[in-house]
Amino acid sequence: MAEPKITLAEVEHVARLARLDLSQAEKERMRSQLDAILTYIDKLRQLDTDNVEPTSHAIPMVNVMREDEVRPCLPTEAMLANAPERASDFFRVPRIIEE
Amino acid sequence: MTATEYEVIIGLEVHAQLLTRSKMFCGCPTAFGGAPNSQTCPVCQGMPGVLPVINRRAIEFGIRTALALDCTINAGCRFARKHYYYPDMPKNFQISQYEEPLAVEGWLSVEVNGTARRVGIQRLHLEEDVGKLIHEGTLETARASLVDFNRSGVPLMEIVSKPDVRSAEEAAAYLRALRAILIYLGVCDGNMEEGSFRCDANISLRPKGSTEYGVKVEIKNMNSFKNVQRALEFEAQRQAKALAAGERIVQETRLWEADKDYTLSMRSKEYAHDYRYFPEPDLVPLRVEQRWVDRLRTTLPELPGERRQRFVARYGLPAYDADLLTQSRALADYYEAVVREYAKPKVVSNWVMSELLRELPGDDEAAIARCPVPPLNLARLLALIDNGTISGKIAKDVFEKMYRSGEDAEAIVKREGLRQLADVDVLGSVVDQVLGANAGAVADWRKGKKQSLGFLVGQVMKATQGKANPALVNQLLLERLSKGS
Repeated sequence: MAEPKITLAEVEHVARLARLDLSQAEKERMRSQLDAILTYIDKLRQLDTDNVEPTSHAIPMVNVMREDEVRPCLPTEAMLANAPERASDFFRVPRIIEE
Repeated sequence: MTATEYEVIIGLEVHAQLLTRSKMFCGCPTAFGGAPNSQTCPVCQGMPGVLPVINRRAIEFGIRTALALDCTINAGCRFARKHYYYPDMPKNFQISQYEEPLAVEGWLSVEVNGTARRVGIQRLHLEEDVGKLIHEGTLETARASLVDFNRSGVPLMEIVSKPDVRSAEEAAAYLRALRAILIYLGVCDGNMEEGSFRCDANISLRPKGSTEYGVKVEIKNMNSFKNVQRALEFEAQRQAKALAAGERIVQETRLWEADKDYTLSMRSKEYAHDYRYFPEPDLVPLRVEQRWVDRLRTTLPELPGERRQRFVARYGLPAYDADLLTQSRALADYYEAVVREYAKPKVVSNWVMSELLRELPGDDEAAIARCPVPPLNLARLLALIDNGTISGKIAKDVFEKMYRSGEDAEAIVKREGLRQLADVDVLGSVVDQVLGANAGAVADWRKGKKQSLGFLVGQVMKATQGKANPALVNQLLLERLSKGS
């Protein structure tokens, strides 16, 4: 069998960055799915792309801009409607704990 | 053994809020001080599925600033997502620029004690500001934080210097020069208290003569030029002491505690930042056409450096005067307005630098706008000296009174009877009295001690409460002294 493309430790790292709390079984499943994806990327890598410019977007467009004009905001009440918790007109969030 | 001498290496990172009307990627207003969460929409609150659209003026402000700093503007530039989790940014990434910033490789001339040095600009890029957190209690003891997203999405320009700065004083000078340019350009209001001009610094030490960089420490929370200078002075000393004691410097972020006069380590993170930058898929790349840049170049105002040079070339001012007068656009405008009415540039410069700046609370736009002595009034006061109405000495008193009352010079001179004594008969009799009362000085003069003339002039001025015309006093004294010899 080929060398694994991604280790369990790497899955745990990515999960932590994404704030995902995965069970042991989920980690295993993710590892094998990500492994399959990365194996497929390897297949794509076999294409000769020496003369192809790297691209970040699927559409050949540049310079999509708007003029600097103020438009109406949404009312504060509407913006706060989904707040899990609020204090007057503020969103209230749990204390920030540095890792 | 002699103690190792260290060289201080400083790099500065400035975040400037741009003076656009609307936010970077949506149409919400950027005005400061609105009620909490009253200036937001789904885009700047980072709701799922929303689409940002680039504010053209923000890009143009970036290009103008890049031109003013002599940067190379990248023909192709892109926005990128910078990922991190913090409640000031609910979509969990900030739209910023990474590998393809708007501009790179510029420089800024910074002057300390009359010596100008170039500080390199590494990069200039655009991004969005984040929301504002208010902690319930301190960061350590807070159980919760309150979030206001009005600031979220306000256009920010980040300008990163090269590690070219060599002292805390030079760091402050760099920031002053950069702030002046942004204000001249009209792209940022430069208000440090309201946070529209913010600064972080990286500082490290290395033994003099070494070419390698030492371990750097990032300093945050410096909200005035004075604090930047004090924080960096403190940190340079702290690091020098640690190194001298054989300790190692830890790469970390420290906060400047202005009240306590020291920097304090923020709790170090278990993990290094892993921002996972990638191109923002919702914003297509920018192609900055040369024509666009050229057109924007024609809109650049005269910048502080150019104006300084022009003041030297056109008005024949010493570099010191030119530098001081061009610190703010408003002060330089004031100076030039006086010179237009009174064509003796160096005299005007002396009056602005000593008399005006002594009274003004600052040299910025607001201070000049509230100045009770408009340029025309100062020009008229100076003309009164020239036409012999008042002496230079009296003029200084008159200026103070003008500043207090807002009245013009003529009114004060008239009311207080300050008109200069230039009547040959009246002044002649005063001169005769002085000569009679100072026979010793007269004899000295006739013996060849010419300095005693100055003493006699002083006596006449004293007898006339400074109102005598000095040239006439000189003339009358000399006439009488040489007649009698």
